[in-house]
Amino acid sequence: MSAENPISQPAVDAAVSEALAAISAASDLAGLKAARQSTVGEQSAIAQLNAQMKSVPNEFKAEAGALIGKARATLNEAFAAKEAEFWAVEQAAKLAAESVDVTAAPEPARIGARHPLSLLQDTIADVFVGMGWEIEEGPEVESEWFNFDALNFDADHPARAMQDTFFVEPVESHLVLRTHTSPVQVRSMLSREVPIYVLCPGRVFRTDELDATHTPVFHQVEGLAVDKGLTMADLRGTLEHFARIMFGPDAQIRLRPSFFPFTEPSAELDVWHPGAKGGARWVEWGGCGMVNPNVLKAAGIDPEVYSGFAFGMGIERTLMFRNDVKDMHDMVESDVRFSEQFGVSI
Amino acid sequence: MRVPLSWLAEYVDLPGDATPDSVMAELVKVGLEEEGSHGFDVTGPVVVGEVLEFVEEPQTNGKTIRWCQIRVASAGQKAADGGEDVRGIVCGASNFEVGDKVVVCLPGAVLPGDFKIAARSTYGHISDGMMASARELNLSDDHAGIIRLHELGLDPKIGTDALELLQLTEQAAEVNVTPDRGYCFSIRGIAREYSHATGGEFRDPIGNAHPESTSGFNLKIEDQGQIRGRQGCHRFVLRSVKGVDTKRPTPPWMVARLKLAGMRSVSLIVDITNYVMLEMGQPLHAYDADKLQGAITVRRAHAGETIKTLDGQERKLHVEDLVIADEAGAIGIAGVMGGERTEVSDSTVNVMIEAANFDPISIARSARRHKLPSEASKRYERGVDNNVAEFAAARVVQLLEVQALGTAESFGADFREHIEPTPIWLPVNFAAQLVGVEYTSEETVSILNQIGCVVATVDGGYEVIAPSWRPDLTHKTDLVEEIARIGSYERIPSRLPVAPPGRGLNSKQKNRRAVINALAGSGHVEVLTYPFVSAAQNQLFAVDEIQTVRLANPLQGDANEMRVSLLPGLIDAAKRNLSRGLTDLSIFEEGSVFLPAAKLGANADLPVGNERPSESQLKQLNDTVPAQPHYVSGIFTGHRIAQQVGVKSVESGYADALHAVRVLAKAVGVQVEFRQASPAGFHPGRTAEALANLGCQKVVIGVAGELDPALTSEHDLPRRVGAFEINLEQLFAASPKVIQAGVLLTMPAATQDLSLVVSAEVPAGELLSAIREGAGDLLERVVLVDDYRGSNVAEGHKSLTFALRFRAADRTLTQVEASEARDKAVELAHQRFGATIRA
Repeated sequence: MSAENPISQPAVDAAVSEALAAISAASDLAGLKAARQSTVGEQSAIAQLNAQMKSVPNEFKAEAGALIGKARATLNEAFAAKEAEFWAVEQAAKLAAESVDVTAAPEPARIGARHPLSLLQDTIADVFVGMGWEIEEGPEVESEWFNFDALNFDADHPARAMQDTFFVEPVESHLVLRTHTSPVQVRSMLSREVPIYVLCPGRVFRTDELDATHTPVFHQVEGLAVDKGLTMADLRGTLEHFARIMFGPDAQIRLRPSFFPFTEPSAELDVWHPGAKGGARWVEWGGCGMVNPNVLKAAGIDPEVYSGFAFGMGIERTLMFRNDVKDMHDMVESDVRFSEQFGVSI
Repeated sequence: MRVPLSWLAEYVDLPGDATPDSVMAELVKVGLEEEGSHGFDVTGPVVVGEVLEFVEEPQTNGKTIRWCQIRVASAGQKAADGGEDVRGIVCGASNFEVGDKVVVCLPGAVLPGDFKIAARSTYGHISDGMMASARELNLSDDHAGIIRLHELGLDPKIGTDALELLQLTEQAAEVNVTPDRGYCFSIRGIAREYSHATGGEFRDPIGNAHPESTSGFNLKIEDQGQIRGRQGCHRFVLRSVKGVDTKRPTPPWMVARLKLAGMRSVSLIVDITNYVMLEMGQPLHAYDADKLQGAITVRRAHAGETIKTLDGQERKLHVEDLVIADEAGAIGIAGVMGGERTEVSDSTVNVMIEAANFDPISIARSARRHKLPSEASKRYERGVDNNVAEFAAARVVQLLEVQALGTAESFGADFREHIEPTPIWLPVNFAAQLVGVEYTSEETVSILNQIGCVVATVDGGYEVIAPSWRPDLTHKTDLVEEIARIGSYERIPSRLPVAPPGRGLNSKQKNRRAVINALAGSGHVEVLTYPFVSAAQNQLFAVDEIQTVRLANPLQGDANEMRVSLLPGLIDAAKRNLSRGLTDLSIFEEGSVFLPAAKLGANADLPVGNERPSESQLKQLNDTVPAQPHYVSGIFTGHRIAQQVGVKSVESGYADALHAVRVLAKAVGVQVEFRQASPAGFHPGRTAEALANLGCQKVVIGVAGELDPALTSEHDLPRRVGAFEINLEQLFAASPKVIQAGVLLTMPAATQDLSLVVSAEVPAGELLSAIREGAGDLLERVVLVDDYRGSNVAEGHKSLTFALRFRAADRTLTQVEASEARDKAVELAHQRFGATIRA
């Protein structure tokens, strides 16, 4: 008869259930640590059972080892589960303690803004750059020749006096603050090879006192195309495309006969603005026409071979009816609240 | 041009229900833009009444009022307002008598200014209406007393509608006339255009005038000073009318039409000349024939000659002025204003009428020179029909006969310069080539005929002679505009032309956008200010007296210079924001400044339009244009970060300015360096110059720091104001065309801190440069993290702590290797600045 096996199933079971009871009795991580000591530590029942392995008859050793191993695994699993439970609770408490009122969050940096007039000029430039046109600029203090003579304004013609002009001192310097962006047309024609498709945005000046609808310093954008075979149909097509991008697919344009020294035929340009505040309506937008042959000649381009069209509109005016700006003062007073309404989009 | 509708209707078919709006809607189609409508703003009941009796009642306020009984309807009849036939009315005027017929506004009438008439209690009576003065009816400025109808030559029945009687129901349309179309400054021209717009029949008003040949007056045309080779006077008609009665009133219909057309009634003779000018577009002048001394000469003014004009001003004439003179001297500046000596007056009996045509340029220059833009000069500058003078003169004569009871004489003169019209050659397809609409030959000829051209169809095109009232038609493209305009712009089709492939924005345009976007993206607000500043503002940031571009005619006397810096404008912008309670500012502007050119203009030799200047002329021209570089500048006030939950406020200052410069330079690939500096207008101890590498040189591209507190206090700004200004042309010159990427090292880094003690004067930036240089290639990054002064650091010294990060390309760096590199850095710092490692 062989010796008795001290690591019996009932003995192991008893030790395990005692230990499990101790684990589940633990109320926090410290308690769990103490329970670990008493249930799997050196003095624990399992450890003591295991210590008797040497007295286990050989034929039962494997079985006993498996029993102990299984018991330990059960306990470890129970510990891990309990530990995870406590950790989760502790973590939750920690996160709760860290929470903030997000509606009272401070702003670590300020939000900037662009002036809508400069944004609008960029927006318009992008429309034309997308069509293959290029952007041209010219000086704001400009020679009278570029501002008037080259544009077919006779020195003694009333049209020249019509544009209330700022003159630079002394008057013999023949310098003016450009009254329109049209001198850039001439500069473009002088410096570029035909065909020419350019857009000229910029600041212009007239001696108007500042009021709700006038400002002595304002912005225009001017387009010029010179090529073989261009007609007023090309002018209309270009303006229609432009209007639809600016005011939506339902926008239309209307041309009315008018006069400008540098175009012939000339037209006033109205746009049907579907999104106008208070309902869709026609709005006066700018002027346009076929480049006057005298202007082409002044730039050394043969009007018998080439024709061109030009158009121009006020940026302030466009902003007023496109974005419902009611008073010119808002655009020129540099009140930061005005720019901040727009951020960096328009 | 204001167009009373009944007047228009005399010369073109107008629908019975035409309104100013409907007329303007037609005219805009042919290029006459709508300006607005005009009326007298009086609504009835306003009737003719008769003064039956009145009692004068002195008042305690010193005034005497009249308590009047006015008959406003035939006995026993109801008045126009449904009330009694006789009314009690209190009247403050005393220019009338019993039996006078007057204009009575009955209760319910509304006068200009929304003045509602009602029976009201005043001066102890119930005043049951009002007797009107001419001003109260908007007819004139005359408010010396009430209107007495017999003074206007009227004796209507009691109860007659006075609005109809005085033509106060008339309305006018106002259209804008472009400078090329002088003929539209007349009812004649507008009627013609209305006919083009609607197809309604046009009846030329010259058809109502019957010129008679005149002669006998000694007239000389002697132009010895032609301007730009052009004869000053093309036409001069004189007509004599004797025995006019200047006491007679201007008929009410004429007063009403003049008033609606925007002209004041002056006197019968002047009113008639104005009336005919408005009708036919021919300026006219009436002389008191008995004040004329001998022959009339049209000539240029003599040197030193003067004239007293109608407005009572003594004027010095210029030798370029064309004048009308009699044997005693100038009696008028041609086409601009008549002289006082020969003016018609109440005592005038015999009148000499002048209808002349002068060269537009000569008149434009005289009107400008004497600052006398007049109704006459406006028309001459734009061109007057050379064939209308005798008709206009005849029409004046006719009206003087009828209205002033004068007698026409054949005495007068008629000078006409013969001008051979030049035919314009219009190739057959030219209109289609320019407009994009195919016009048939029939349509082309029909349109040109309609506007008054004489057209000869020849092989391959048309020979066109423009009508006398269209001096603006000189070139074939002018004719194309007429064809397109009368043929309607609505017919122009739409076609999108294809531009050749474009190159996008150029580098300057891209860079400018990058700078603006970077600043806006990093919390700054873009503003745009006017470039006009005062001389004092331009001097704010200048050391010496600087040259500036000055305006000859500034809007505001003191803001008469173009800015040389954007900062003065930004200072004003900051002030405005501060005054509106916006105190934490971070604003910037991108724009041009103006530096005077060395050379003055040389326009005199340049071709006048239509011819390309030579390359050397263009160069000369461009040399006269001031340099206008773009700058970007910013101003910072108040707090960069406002106080918030868990955050202390951070004051704005030099650091904001420097960082903004770093940000904007980085936006175009430029690394800036800062060097202590003290430019004018800035705080001498808190300001830096910004430098960039241009080629192998370091160039100052601007400044950043704080404004001088003396300057900020002078401008009512807070003491600390950060500010920067960068010359973008220079910045962009330093900007790389293409940014070359480096190799990113991925081996582990070694970090070390280094505290060096140096004299307090040593700039941290230079010490940092020495560290970088001394440590060599292994040093990947070095930043200043602390500046300590106090115990353990000797007086007059500071301890600067740097965080160093080392990395090798090919291996994990050991601390020993890192320390060796650091020691080399310390060595160089010691050599240069006597730096020692802090104990």
